[in-house]
Amino acid sequence: MNVLTNLINEFGRPELLRIVALTLRVTGAALFIATIVGVPLGALLGLVRFRGQRAIMLVLYTGMGLPPVVVGLFVYLLLSRSGPMGSLGWLFTPAAMVTAQTIIAFPLVSGLTMSAVAGVDQDVRLQVVALGASRWQSLWVVIQEARVGLTAAIVVAFGGIISEVGAVMLVGGNVEGQTRVLTTAIVLYTRQGDFAMAMALGIVLIGIAIAANILLLQLQGRLRDR
Amino acid sequence: MRLKTYSRRFAPGAWCVLLSAVVAVFGIRPVGAADSVLRLATTTSTVDTGLLASILPTFEKACGCRVDVIAAGTGQALEIGRRGDADVVLVHARSAENAFVAARHARERFDVMYDDFVVVGPVGDPATIAGVPLARDAFAAIARARSPFVSRGDQSGTHMAELAIWAALRLSPSGAEWYRSVGQGMGEALMFANEERAYLLSDRGTWLSMRSKLANLQLLVGGRTPEENRDSSLRNQYGVMAVNPDTHPGVNFPLATRFVHWLLSADTQRAIGAFGVDRYGQALFYPDSAFKPAPGIDVVPGPR
Repeated sequence: MNVLTNLINEFGRPELLRIVALTLRVTGAALFIATIVGVPLGALLGLVRFRGQRAIMLVLYTGMGLPPVVVGLFVYLLLSRSGPMGSLGWLFTPAAMVTAQTIIAFPLVSGLTMSAVAGVDQDVRLQVVALGASRWQSLWVVIQEARVGLTAAIVVAFGGIISEVGAVMLVGGNVEGQTRVLTTAIVLYTRQGDFAMAMALGIVLIGIAIAANILLLQLQGRLRDR
Repeated sequence: MRLKTYSRRFAPGAWCVLLSAVVAVFGIRPVGAADSVLRLATTTSTVDTGLLASILPTFEKACGCRVDVIAAGTGQALEIGRRGDADVVLVHARSAENAFVAARHARERFDVMYDDFVVVGPVGDPATIAGVPLARDAFAAIARARSPFVSRGDQSGTHMAELAIWAALRLSPSGAEWYRSVGQGMGEALMFANEERAYLLSDRGTWLSMRSKLANLQLLVGGRTPEENRDSSLRNQYGVMAVNPDTHPGVNFPLATRFVHWLLSADTQRAIGAFGVDRYGQALFYPDSAFKPAPGIDVVPGPR
C-alpha cells in the first residue's frame, strides 16, 4: 500500500510533465520527418521496378534491424565538434536526438510502406487506369488501398523510437530539462535507486504505447470498414 | 467518384496526425544562443549525489546562463572534453587529468574538492575485512576468499582507483569467476552489488546518498568520515578544467573560465562543504581549492 501511495505521489512531480512533453516533441518531430520522406520512397519502391532497386531494399531491410545504439554512435561522431558536422553544435541537444531517431524510424516507415504498397492487388491499379485515371491519380489510389499497412508502418516506427534508450542517451547526454526523455530518465532514476519515479515514468511510457496502438486499431478498423 | 471518396475518408485522421506533427516540429526551439549555455561534462557522482543540482542554480542566476550537465564516467567525460563537445570538465582521476592538460586539451587544472573511496560489502562479510585499515589488504582478503566483487569496469575515476589497488597487489582479477565487471555507473554498480551480495569500491558520496536503498550492504573499510579513513590512497580528488580554446575553437572559454572561478570562489567552496549535512548528517564533499583569484578576475558574486 505504501509502495502504491509513493508511486502515485511521483506523478505529481513537476519534472515528469516536462520529460513527457520533451519525449513527445522529439519523437513527434523524428516521426514526421521519417514519414514525409519514408512514405513516398516506400511507395515508389513498392510500385516501380528499376535497376538497383534490390540494393536499396537490402539497405532498408538491414536498416529495419539496425541496432539503435550503433545509429547513436554514428550520429555522435558525426555531430561531435571534432566530427564532420560539428559546426552545427547539435550534439547534446534535442536536434541530435531527432536526427538519431529519424535515422532509426526511416527504414521502418519506408520498408513497411513498401511491403504494404507492393501487397496491393495489381488489378486495382489496372482498373483505375482503365477508368481513365492519370498516372498520379492511380498512384494515389494504390496508396489509399495500402492505407492500413501504411498506418501500421507509422505506428510501429513510433513505438520503436519512443522506447529507444541507447541512441538518445549517447547523442542527447540526458541533460536535465533539455534532452532528458522518458527512457533516459528511467535509466537515471534507476541508477539513483529512485525506483518509484522510474516506475512512474515507465507507466507513462507504457500508457503512451497503449494509446498509440488504440489509435492504430481505431484507424485501421475505420479504414477497413468503409 | 471513387477517387474523391477515398481522399475524403483518409483526410480527418491524416490531417490530425500531420497537424500534431507540425506542432511538434515547430515546438522544438533551437537550443539557446551559444553564449548563454555552458556544457559541463562531469562524473555521475556529482550528479547522483545531488551536489550540482544544489549549487548550480546560484551560478546560473549570476551569469544569466544555462548549464547543461552531461554525466558520464570520468573516462567518457574526459573524452567529451577531448573532442571539444564540452566547455568544462569536472572529474576525479588525477593522472588522466594531467594527461588531458599535457595534450593541451586544457590550459590548466584546479583542485576543487575531495571525498574518499570506501570498501562496501555484504552484510555478513564473508571475506572478514571489516575494520581492516588498508583497502589493499581488504582486496587481498576478498581475492583469497574468492568472494564476489563488483568492478565499475567503465574507465571511471572509481574504476581507475580500483585498478590501482589491484595493481599494487600485483593481482589481475579480470576474468576470474568471482570478479564481475559491470561497465556501469556507481549507482548501478552499488545496486548490482546489493542484489548479488558482493564487495565493491565506492565513492563515499554516492554510498551515503544511496545507503538507505542498499539493505544488503554495509561500509567495511574507510571509517565513518574521510578523517577516519586510514588509507591515504583512498583520497578521491576532484579537478576542474576549462577546455582549451586553442585546440577546440568551438568552446565557450570565457563562460567556462567564469564557471571555474566561481567553483573555486570562497562562497561556492563553502556551499560544497555544507552540502549534504542536513540530509545525511555529514558532508559528502570537502572543498580544498587553494586558488586565490588575482585582482581583476571576474568571480561571479554569490549571495551572502
